[in-house]
Amino acid sequence: MSVTPAATSHASQPSGAAFIFKKALISAVVALVLFSLMIGVRTEAGNQGGLIYWTRFGDLAAMVGVVFGGSIIVELLRQWWGPVGTIRVVPPQVQATMAFAGRWLATALLVFTFLVPVIFYDQRYILDLGILVLTYVMLGWGLNVVVGLAGLLDLGYVAFYAVGAYSYALLATYFDLSFWVCLPLAGILAAFWGVLLGFPVLRLRGDYLAIVTLAFGEIIRLVIINWQSLTGGPNGVSGIPRPTLFGIPLDNSDNGLAAKLGIEFSPTHRIVFLFYLILAMALLTNWVTIRLRRLPIGRAWEALREDEVACRALGINTTTTKLTAFATGAMFGGLAGAFFATRQGFISPESFTFQESALVLAIVVLGGMGSQLGVALAALAMIGGFELFRGFDQYRMLVFGMAMVFLMIWRPRGLIGHRAPTVFLERSQAISSDLVKEGHG
Amino acid sequence: MDYFAQQLINGLVLGSIYGLIAIGYTMVYGIVGMINFAHGDIFMIGGFIALITFLILVSLGLTAIPVILLIVLLVSMAITALYGWTIERIAYRPLRHSFRLAPMLSAIGMSFVLTNFSQVSQGARVKPVPPIITGGYTLHEGASGFAVQLSNIQIVVVITTVVLLAMFTWIVSRTRLGRDMRACEQDQTMASLLGVDVDRTISMTFVIGAALAAVAGMMYLLYYGLVDFFMGFVAGIKAFTAAVLGGIGSLPGAMLGGLSIGLIETMWSAYFSVEYKDVAAFSILIVVLIFMPTGLLGRPTVEKV
Repeated sequence: MSVTPAATSHASQPSGAAFIFKKALISAVVALVLFSLMIGVRTEAGNQGGLIYWTRFGDLAAMVGVVFGGSIIVELLRQWWGPVGTIRVVPPQVQATMAFAGRWLATALLVFTFLVPVIFYDQRYILDLGILVLTYVMLGWGLNVVVGLAGLLDLGYVAFYAVGAYSYALLATYFDLSFWVCLPLAGILAAFWGVLLGFPVLRLRGDYLAIVTLAFGEIIRLVIINWQSLTGGPNGVSGIPRPTLFGIPLDNSDNGLAAKLGIEFSPTHRIVFLFYLILAMALLTNWVTIRLRRLPIGRAWEALREDEVACRALGINTTTTKLTAFATGAMFGGLAGAFFATRQGFISPESFTFQESALVLAIVVLGGMGSQLGVALAALAMIGGFELFRGFDQYRMLVFGMAMVFLMIWRPRGLIGHRAPTVFLERSQAISSDLVKEGHG
Repeated sequence: MDYFAQQLINGLVLGSIYGLIAIGYTMVYGIVGMINFAHGDIFMIGGFIALITFLILVSLGLTAIPVILLIVLLVSMAITALYGWTIERIAYRPLRHSFRLAPMLSAIGMSFVLTNFSQVSQGARVKPVPPIITGGYTLHEGASGFAVQLSNIQIVVVITTVVLLAMFTWIVSRTRLGRDMRACEQDQTMASLLGVDVDRTISMTFVIGAALAAVAGMMYLLYYGLVDFFMGFVAGIKAFTAAVLGGIGSLPGAMLGGLSIGLIETMWSAYFSVEYKDVAAFSILIVVLIFMPTGLLGRPTVEKV
């Protein structure tokens, strides 16, 4: 008799109201101790410089109640849903439907994105949000090369974003170079920094790599803050020139695009232009990534992700493979950074904190690490979710952190946890990523 | 020379604090093989709990400083340890057999949760406390009028660190729990076959690590006289650097690494520039990992297919 792992572990878990109640009670007691001082007592610096405190037992009781109720709900859901971590094989029909949807969803999404400025021409807010989402889509696709394809965990991706942004900002303000000259330069500079980071970390793997890239990102940020003569320090760089349509400015002057076309000027023109610019840049990222995946280097990245030792045994040069992954990812980050600088007109080190890196990484992971469509959807969900919490600014990162923990427990492979092999024998076969073992990249 | 001696003292005190945090990283890495990214924030929570307990005790009318300090120490250790236990239970245990990056990402999420939890619950402003332990000794008065000071708080920090380290070494090398921990570090499956409760041992590792971080948080509060919600991030990375520098998985290494990082940071601020002291600490992390990936006291690991 064959017993599936799911059945055994499910049977070994006791159920029943008494059990759930007991568990919830324990959670509530733990929560009471945890929150007793942190929520029950509020401290603040008083007027005379000393500290004052007051108690908030109502909030404390409410939080403990929430934990009690929440753990009952979680326990009920868990019994209904079954234990976490069991292997689920997706039925073929569902797979077929998903594949069909996947094929058409991407096209539909692309067409819709192209039409967004037409449909929402009057709604500046939606256009701005669209530009923001597309920026993160591009960043996600760029990081996807490093994390999703090559399997190198990079926690300092924002460093390249910063390098790109500052490259454009400084080149444009000091040397008066135009956006279209600076854009490739920003990409090249960021790629250079990617190689610079890549060299020392070639021998590192996994967690060590993550920490070193994190340290690298922090170093870049700290240097930007402290090198005040060049970067303006914490005050940032302002007055960054707006982009032009190959030399034609998008403003209200006589040389402006509106005047040349003989139409009435509107500030929305620039927003629409920025929208299509970032869309083109993001699509370029996507196109390059898709093409690279079919080249030997892309295959080598994916092989590296699966198993580095086997990679080396097969004669793949892991040094160049890793360096190209870092450089390619960094270049896209740099391009996105240059766009960010020209769109904002002002940049400061505050835009390039570790939280940004974590957000982009979360987008890639949520998107299923390697799935281009998944990353785009994840960026939409993440940035859209952030917008929903705009009113509760201080709770935003709290919810983001909880979501990250929850996602890792619930779907560690991301929403679209589907890793199709790029090379296959005879016929294409969908492999659920749950079945693919991860090597030590 | 006097200036150097003063910086040496300051560096050793700072290093003791880093060392206490680094032990938590190194223990968890040794047993579970993951970087507990939220550990720096546990240190921050420990500082906050010490601060709040201290405030309550003072407002209750307690005046005996040693009694206050002892109660603050015990309360912050106990509650912070419970934080460590809860975090392991919620965010790490379900992921123990998940894919490689999952615990790391979950830990990053947990770090955000803790940072923003304390920001929301206690406010974003820096919380200052008046000096609790005052006084000190002048060790040497130079001709130029520069005196080498050794304050009482510095003595307290160093003595507490040494006592805790001795206690902790005793736990790991002499007790049943320590034996279980070492067994789990070598081979979890084998340990569980031989009757070691692996789940419980891992939980206890997190509890002990969090308790030590709480002590570090309290020492930080006493030494610098302030806590804020963001102090865990940088302190956490530096302590991790210390753990790597000493050789991750090695307890004396963590302490040695902590002292080295404390000294380097202090000396760098004293002789080069204060602004770039964090850059110096992070650069050391990168340099160590390039040239000495096993650290000062670590064992080299061989990767097998």
